[in-house]
Amino acid sequence: MNDSVARAGFSGTGDLAPGQRDESSRRAFATGLGAYLVGLALAVGLTIASFWAADTGLIYGPAVKAALVTLAIAQMGVHLVFFLHITTAPDNTNNVLALAFGILIVFLLMAGSLWIMANLNHMSVPMNELMRMQR
Amino acid sequence: MLGKLTWQAIPFDQPIPLYSAGFVGLMLLAVLLWVALKGYVPYLWREWITSVDHKRIGVMYCVLALVMLLRGFIDALMMRSQQALAFHAAGYLPPEHYNQVFSAHGTIMIFFVAMPFMIGLMNFVVPLQLGVRDVAFPTFNSVGFWLTAAGALLVNISLVVGEFSRAGWLPYPPLSELQYSPGVGVDYYLWALQISGLGTLIGGINLVTTILKTRAPGMCYRRMPVFCWTSLASNMLIVAAFPILTATLAMLILDRYLGFHFFTNEAGGNAMMFVNLIWAWGHPEVYILALAAFGVFSEVVSTFSGKPLFGYRSMVAATMSICVLSFMVWLHHFFTMGAGGDVNGFFGAMTMIIAVPTGVKVFNWLFTMYRGRVRFSVPMHWAIGFIVTFVIGGMTGVLLAVPPADFVLHNSLFLIAHFHNVLIGAVLFGAFAGYNYWFPKAFGFTLDERLGKAAFWCWFVGFYVAFLPLYAAGLLGMTRRLQHYDQPQWHPWILVAGVGALIILCGIALQGAQLFVSIRARRRLSVPMGDPWDGRTLEWATPSPPPAFNFAVLPNVKGEEPYWGMKRKALEAMHLSPEPSYQPIEVPRNSPTGFVTAFFAFVLGFALIWHIWWMAGLALIGAYATFVVFAWRDKVEEVIPPGDVARIDRANRAARALALQEIHA
Amino acid sequence: MSASDVTLRLPSSPVALDLRPAPIIEPSEATGHGEGGPAPKRIVVSYGFWIFLLSDIVMFSAFFAGYAVLAGNVAGGPTAAELFDVRNVEIETACLLLSSFCCGVATLAVEQRYERLTQVALLLTGLLGLAFLSLELREFAGLIAQGAGPSRSAFLSSFFALVGLHGAHVTAGLLWLGTMMAQFYAKGFRPDICRRYFCFSLFWHVLDVIWVAIFTIVYLLGVRT
Repeated sequence: MNDSVARAGFSGTGDLAPGQRDESSRRAFATGLGAYLVGLALAVGLTIASFWAADTGLIYGPAVKAALVTLAIAQMGVHLVFFLHITTAPDNTNNVLALAFGILIVFLLMAGSLWIMANLNHMSVPMNELMRMQR
Repeated sequence: MLGKLTWQAIPFDQPIPLYSAGFVGLMLLAVLLWVALKGYVPYLWREWITSVDHKRIGVMYCVLALVMLLRGFIDALMMRSQQALAFHAAGYLPPEHYNQVFSAHGTIMIFFVAMPFMIGLMNFVVPLQLGVRDVAFPTFNSVGFWLTAAGALLVNISLVVGEFSRAGWLPYPPLSELQYSPGVGVDYYLWALQISGLGTLIGGINLVTTILKTRAPGMCYRRMPVFCWTSLASNMLIVAAFPILTATLAMLILDRYLGFHFFTNEAGGNAMMFVNLIWAWGHPEVYILALAAFGVFSEVVSTFSGKPLFGYRSMVAATMSICVLSFMVWLHHFFTMGAGGDVNGFFGAMTMIIAVPTGVKVFNWLFTMYRGRVRFSVPMHWAIGFIVTFVIGGMTGVLLAVPPADFVLHNSLFLIAHFHNVLIGAVLFGAFAGYNYWFPKAFGFTLDERLGKAAFWCWFVGFYVAFLPLYAAGLLGMTRRLQHYDQPQWHPWILVAGVGALIILCGIALQGAQLFVSIRARRRLSVPMGDPWDGRTLEWATPSPPPAFNFAVLPNVKGEEPYWGMKRKALEAMHLSPEPSYQPIEVPRNSPTGFVTAFFAFVLGFALIWHIWWMAGLALIGAYATFVVFAWRDKVEEVIPPGDVARIDRANRAARALALQEIHA
Repeated sequence: MSASDVTLRLPSSPVALDLRPAPIIEPSEATGHGEGGPAPKRIVVSYGFWIFLLSDIVMFSAFFAGYAVLAGNVAGGPTAAELFDVRNVEIETACLLLSSFCCGVATLAVEQRYERLTQVALLLTGLLGLAFLSLELREFAGLIAQGAGPSRSAFLSSFFALVGLHGAHVTAGLLWLGTMMAQFYAKGFRPDICRRYFCFSLFWHVLDVIWVAIFTIVYLLGVRT
């Protein structure tokens, strides 16, 4: 297998597709496999930690929610880096920027909706009372 | 066998929809027969329906928009006439019908006029301005267009078979839930928008990728024309916002079809969440439209002032900040729903802040015109009309952004006047400006100028006569969507508004005349060089209409306004740059994938509306099969031999050399 | 630009295929970032799909927002703590995570053009995904059987919609995977098929990322309240 086959996606100068690793040699398989194995190990560890944290009495009750969210974000990061190969290198800038925009929108939508709906619900007449008023 | 579909679905007992549907049906049949008998079907199939060329697709989007404008405007005439007649009277439109009319009017105007028009202009112009051959995913582009057309077809079919939604252009629950809207109207709305929304999302992904990843050599971000920047922002908003619409409408579909309880009154549903989510889409939606229109005006104002656009960097910054800010203001559409002072205050302040970058853009356009050599062409008429109209509409918007004021004016005619002020002023005027500006590029001849100016004045005067009275009526307390009323102080304003609508009708008629007259006089109005306006951006470097491959050789971009630079060089040197060496060019093959996918989508939508489950299943299988057939293609591109490329390019060069000689003569 | 092999001997097939591509047409020097001319197709296709994935994530977040708002509205019916089987979720998570890993191995195999490893890894990816789906369908069927279907309460509606949407994406992904396996088998490692496969792998990994959010927010946090 000649090298150009393994270099099928390499643009040669300054840009990578999302999910594309910047490697172009025969050893790419071995190193790539290593990266995926590390990612798998980390993800498995974080998953076990999440399930344990949800159950255990060792963490202060109200802090469990924060712990779970932190572990989830960490695991998403592991996926991004080890499985999706999203890095902070300059050849990945476009991919990171797009992801950042998406995350911003997700944050605005979720935080905004939760804030708005909480305020609305707080100020609203409860539905069963409202239905009683209709009759 | 056919679900809920029976002969009762056809409105034999309602004269207005029956006769209008009958009339439209006959006209359609006549047109189709004429096309078939004249032998145009193979040409249409080969050159337009299966085309994956962004220019053809852009033109088809605009044609769809113009046709649907007629339908939406007829709805508007019906509403105005009903309200003019229905003072202490019943009018001629019964309430169940009137409610369908205003729902259809809004739905059609936003989703099937404004969106397709802007998307069509962006599709046509952006690859040409970027100096490339097509968008990133040409076949996908065709799929996106045809899905939009399928959605439009569904909405129009509802006139004949069944009914349309009565719940307004945004169907708030619980009215839109099954219990209070048991008919098929809301279902027509939901499926038409899911299908066309998918098409819009596809187009958004396409243009974002095109602008970010495929540009001519040398065209870095700061050399991109401002229209491409606004297209980028607009399409980023499409990609970010349309999924929210899809999700929210899907939740309503689940409520109606499978008995879910997202928005119902019972079992813990929360109708307010629909309002929240739908406006989280709805506000970015209007910026999708407005930013695209701003881009058109940036091009028009700079070309017809004979100057580069003032403040390029501040324009780009303003555009991208509007893009982000548009996701932080959506609650101003429901101040009165009761989220309280904290929330209302925050979103009110954000709404005012978003007016600032918009103001920056307006000043930049004004400074572009200042000390320029302004030519009052038809597009420039629309541009100046836009600046005046949009600023007024924007100011009433800032007024409404104050929550206490909004508590009085929410859902009154003041609100209606405001949003028509900004939508017509920006989006529709922008559409017409772009239409007049780029028509010669697409077809090789300009539109008649006298009729264009007459149409503009009718629209401009008609708009103010139609909508300024509505501000007054709103301040006097008249709410929206009234089928009849009995307040004497509102009546004169409504009558004046009715007259305004008739003046706009004259404007539309003049635009139709303009098109008809221009086609007949196309030889006299032709533009052999392809650059009728002394343009500054790359699309004017191509012949009119551009060949399938756009540019014989991708241009090497060395500065801002690359075409202007090319022209300067040629004028100084008194001859064109040397002839390039012509290579064979690969272009994507035409494909029926888009048309066939949309056909199955239409059948799927229709089947789901009428609960014909077996038909829906077949349509899904058909859609998947189409995907597999498309994926299995071996030959996806055609090669245009260098001889053909040379012939087309040499003709273009000859025309330009002739023009150069005439300048020096 | 994409590789140009003159002939390619696939490891497991005795037939040499002539995959000489069409003559290089475009004289642009694509240096990436768009400004050196249009980027190569590998980048354009994957980037476009990345943008689509971001739009998909926004759609999921709308359903997440709905779930977060409605999670407490049980309408006097069963709650998360009463209904959710965390053991089942652990197994589902393991299936999906391993499936993602197998997909990664398949990606490596495609990059190196190892035909047999590609098909085996893709098959494992699919089987593990199928296992995930069947466990989820069984969970849904069980809930519906005990009267805790989506029409019972707003909480259950939002649960079924969110988790069901993820399951629908997995189903679509499996259909896509099957099509990809068939295409690799029938046409080999043609550049455009490889490009589509890389898009599939992005899709599959992102589905696992969303599952992390689901099992944390819906199941683990739900069981605690």
